[in-house]
Amino acid sequence: MSDQWLVMLAIFLPMAGASGITLCSAWPNLRETITLVTAALVSVIVIVLFTRLEQGAVISARLAEPLPGLPIVFEVEPLGMLFALVAGLLWLVTSVYAIGYMRGHHEKNQTRFYALFAIAIGSAMGTAFAGNLLTLFLCYEILTVSTYPLVAHAGTAEARRGARTYLGILLGTSIGLQLLAILITYSLAGTLEFREGGILAGRLDPAWTGLLYALFVFGIGKAAVMPFHRWLPAAMVAPTPVSALLHAVAVVKAGVFTVLKVTIYIFGSDFILQSGSSDWLIWFAGATILLASLIAMTKDNLKARLAYSTISQLSYIVLGALLATNMGLIGGTLHIAMHAVAKITLFFAAGAILVAAHKTEISDMGGLGRAMPITFGAFLIGSLSIIGLPPFGGMWSKWYLGIGAIDAGQWLLLSVLLVSSLLNIAYLLPIPIHAFFGNAKDGAQYTQIKEAPSSCVAAMIITSVACVVLFFYPDPFYKLAVGAAGGR
Amino acid sequence: MDYILGHYNYWMVILLMMLGFYTVVSQGNLIKKIAGLNIFQTSVFLLYISIGNVKHGTTPIVAEGFTQYSNPLPHVLILTAIVVGVATTALGLALIIRIKEAYGSVEEDDIHNQDQSL
Amino acid sequence: MIEQNLSLLLVAIPLLAAPIVATLPRGKLPWLFTLSVSWVCLGLAIWQLWLVTDGRIISYELGGWAPPWGIEYRIDAVNAFVALIVAGIAAVALPYALRSVEQEIPLQQTPLFYTAFLLCLTGLLGITLTGDVFNLFVFLEISSLSSYALISMGRQRRALTAAYQYLIMGTIGATFLLIGIGLIYAETGSLNMMDLSVRLPATFEHRTIHTAFAFIVVGVGLKLAMFPLHVWLPNAYTYAPSVISVFLSATATKVAVYVMLRMVFTVFSGSFTQDTPTGNMFMVLGIGGVLVASVYAVYQRDAKRLLAYSSVAQVGYMVLGIAFGTALGLTATLVHMFNHALMKGALFMAIGALVYRLGSSQIDAFNGLGRQMPWTFAALFIAGLSLIGVPGTAGFISKWYLVLAALEKSNWIAAIVILAGSLFAVIYMWKLVEALFFRSAPQSDAAVKEAPLSLLVPMWLLVVANLYFGFNTQLTVGIAQTAVNILRALPQ
Repeated sequence: MSDQWLVMLAIFLPMAGASGITLCSAWPNLRETITLVTAALVSVIVIVLFTRLEQGAVISARLAEPLPGLPIVFEVEPLGMLFALVAGLLWLVTSVYAIGYMRGHHEKNQTRFYALFAIAIGSAMGTAFAGNLLTLFLCYEILTVSTYPLVAHAGTAEARRGARTYLGILLGTSIGLQLLAILITYSLAGTLEFREGGILAGRLDPAWTGLLYALFVFGIGKAAVMPFHRWLPAAMVAPTPVSALLHAVAVVKAGVFTVLKVTIYIFGSDFILQSGSSDWLIWFAGATILLASLIAMTKDNLKARLAYSTISQLSYIVLGALLATNMGLIGGTLHIAMHAVAKITLFFAAGAILVAAHKTEISDMGGLGRAMPITFGAFLIGSLSIIGLPPFGGMWSKWYLGIGAIDAGQWLLLSVLLVSSLLNIAYLLPIPIHAFFGNAKDGAQYTQIKEAPSSCVAAMIITSVACVVLFFYPDPFYKLAVGAAGGR
Repeated sequence: MDYILGHYNYWMVILLMMLGFYTVVSQGNLIKKIAGLNIFQTSVFLLYISIGNVKHGTTPIVAEGFTQYSNPLPHVLILTAIVVGVATTALGLALIIRIKEAYGSVEEDDIHNQDQSL
Repeated sequence: MIEQNLSLLLVAIPLLAAPIVATLPRGKLPWLFTLSVSWVCLGLAIWQLWLVTDGRIISYELGGWAPPWGIEYRIDAVNAFVALIVAGIAAVALPYALRSVEQEIPLQQTPLFYTAFLLCLTGLLGITLTGDVFNLFVFLEISSLSSYALISMGRQRRALTAAYQYLIMGTIGATFLLIGIGLIYAETGSLNMMDLSVRLPATFEHRTIHTAFAFIVVGVGLKLAMFPLHVWLPNAYTYAPSVISVFLSATATKVAVYVMLRMVFTVFSGSFTQDTPTGNMFMVLGIGGVLVASVYAVYQRDAKRLLAYSSVAQVGYMVLGIAFGTALGLTATLVHMFNHALMKGALFMAIGALVYRLGSSQIDAFNGLGRQMPWTFAALFIAGLSLIGVPGTAGFISKWYLVLAALEKSNWIAAIVILAGSLFAVIYMWKLVEALFFRSAPQSDAAVKEAPLSLLVPMWLLVVANLYFGFNTQLTVGIAQTAVNILRALPQ
């Protein structure tokens, strides 16, 4: 099979899977089989694509040309490959988890859930492989629209309100700011291709560069840079697998991925460094890191705390992009993968606690760890990886981000990163510690509560093992990150 | 003075136009509105006919001893426009009859109140 | 033979068919006859467009009288394109009409309904094809008079007052146009558009021509529902029968936009608009239209009224394209004419299907229907995305060109207003989507069935077209660019 077809398949197989899922709504087992088979196939495809890229293949596939000179085109390059790998592999894991969760939690409208989930993954793949900014924007919007019903899944007034915030901010920023930025870029450069070294260098007054760059950074609402972060906590009304995959991996990473992509291939890191256009923007990212961490500490709802933690971690990646130094970009890119694996573990655990113990508030979880050791063990591993301690994958990305900050001479930023790590410890570690060694508020002993369904447990084990493996063997992702940052 | 008198038909046109337009805007009675619309249209007909007039021209029928004719084209045009005007009036009046049947009134305020109270 | 008389046939066939339909017996026959006529027209319109796509011009002398004395039908890419929109929407709307009209119009009136429909089609096609300004006025009145009648057939009594209001304002607009034409004729002695475009420049200094231009712009602006001359439109579209809302919203304003383009760019060539503040005027009106009508749309409780206000806002976009006057701006206007016909047609069809099942177009009445009528809901959803301008839909293409045109002129305010309009569209479309999908249906009612197939098929035809023209723009943008070259060409 030729490489072009593989790219197309990676994007359209999930879409086809979605229609298959819809057709089989009457037979839940068959439906879930389709989900799993599609997810497994997509995983195989992204791995094959990865090896082909390693071999130096140039892969691109053109679909249509809606505007003259602006085709819908897909291209495989290191940054996108990394995102596709993360999203594709974690989809498989999440599918395993989701089946246990959705059945264990007796959710309604499961067909709609699986179908839209598949479409969302397809559009995330499209985002990853987009060959120009127009294609990326197209997939970005499909991702927004297809995840909206997932957020509103429960159908309650609260879910509707959350979903409205979600859609309002994401569509609002993307149409109001990002599209404007894309159009300005096009009218300046006459193209929207992703090119090494960017397409804007020399075509734009440095004074305006900062403004245009700000339009992109804030316009990409999925990156959740404050003040456009409200949608992420709002989206936590969604079922946990949705929060896990979409709001730790696909949706939010699509956002920061776009920021990285724009930085590297539209502006060009050299151009950003020269023009100094990110000098003031960088403080938005820095402030988001700290503020979101502080807010996270005040949240008692586990998923809300994780949501704010995500906002904070996303800004690490944005920070890496804004630093625009080689190490900063590598760190930011690596963090896409490292944070995804760690955060999905945390969300899996949160969902497992909900399914098995019906608990959502952290203060109610004292002593629960003794009843659900695997769940809280996984949670501990995920937390440590997020904090950035060895021997977990999260260490590497923080390491490179720190070096990037030093390279740029931003000592204050380095201290932001360090303080934030301390804050991470403060808001994440008490949860498993309290669960293992603390006691329930009412002094109850949890004898009735067992671990979540086995598929949930299996998923958690896989991702927490992955956290460890990524410490010892980060090579594939590291190579891709270096390739994305320019290979220097 | 000559200028004013010499163009008296145009002054009439403007006068009628304003009269008609004012009637349409100010009257609340639907039939009076249509009447105003008619006056408004008529003024335009006069405008066209005035344009067609040629100094010392006669009726545009070829005959011995006449070389100067009025321009017949505006007259032809305005015949068409008159037909359109008649059709508009007929349709407007027909609508008024239906409105009267439905609301029992042809006063705009009255109809408006009835719609609000629904 | 047919090819030589193609343009005339396009007008003559529906005109001659109209009285025949009036005499047909009640039942399905009038509908069937109208349907076949409209499909023939569509075929002819496609043929005609195919003849002129390469920039060729068809000139047809009516009755063999040579222009500028006789009436000339002059077809280039601009009007062939608009004629295709009109004929195409008519051909799609008519299959939809059968069930919808059966329910909304009393049986004894159906032959007359279809007669009026054909006359309206005649008028709209005539406007697009003629090259004579007075003839244009006549066709404008044919289409207007028949549309007043069509609107008054709505089932609520407010349809009558809406039609009356439209009649008064429409007639004033048409009379204004007539005054303008008369003044031009007084100055130049010609009514032929091509002839005028040669003769008028010599008189650009004259006050009379400026007055004439003002009268024409106001007159056409009334027909166009250009802000602030739009007040008749929301009522008319709200209370008209469903299929008429579909047809008029997709065609009538588009044809008026075409008239505006022709008048501004062909009759008064581009140099006139450059020397006068015309561009600025259109800019202000366009921006005002987009903003004010969008805000109004957000606060509507009736779905059809909401869409009507949205139409006024969309007209604002087209006016903005005219205001830019550049190749990009005019391309945007022409492409948006086409795309907006697709999306508004689909949206009004979807609402019409809901009305068909419910008998009401109040948004509150739609609660929870999305699950019971999934196909209608999906159509509404996709067409709504197109209206917002989400990439992958036709609406995105026109927005793209429009913002590019604004950026090209460094007109930041216009660019931001266009995007703000999209955001408002998100808000008002989501009012519909949320009511349909996320609110629970009232318990008491028996389950509402999905709309019948004869309503769904035309609706989905337009929805698919919305998606197709979001990816393949060879037809729309390609023809629009040819048309723009013709519009911007200086008179020889």
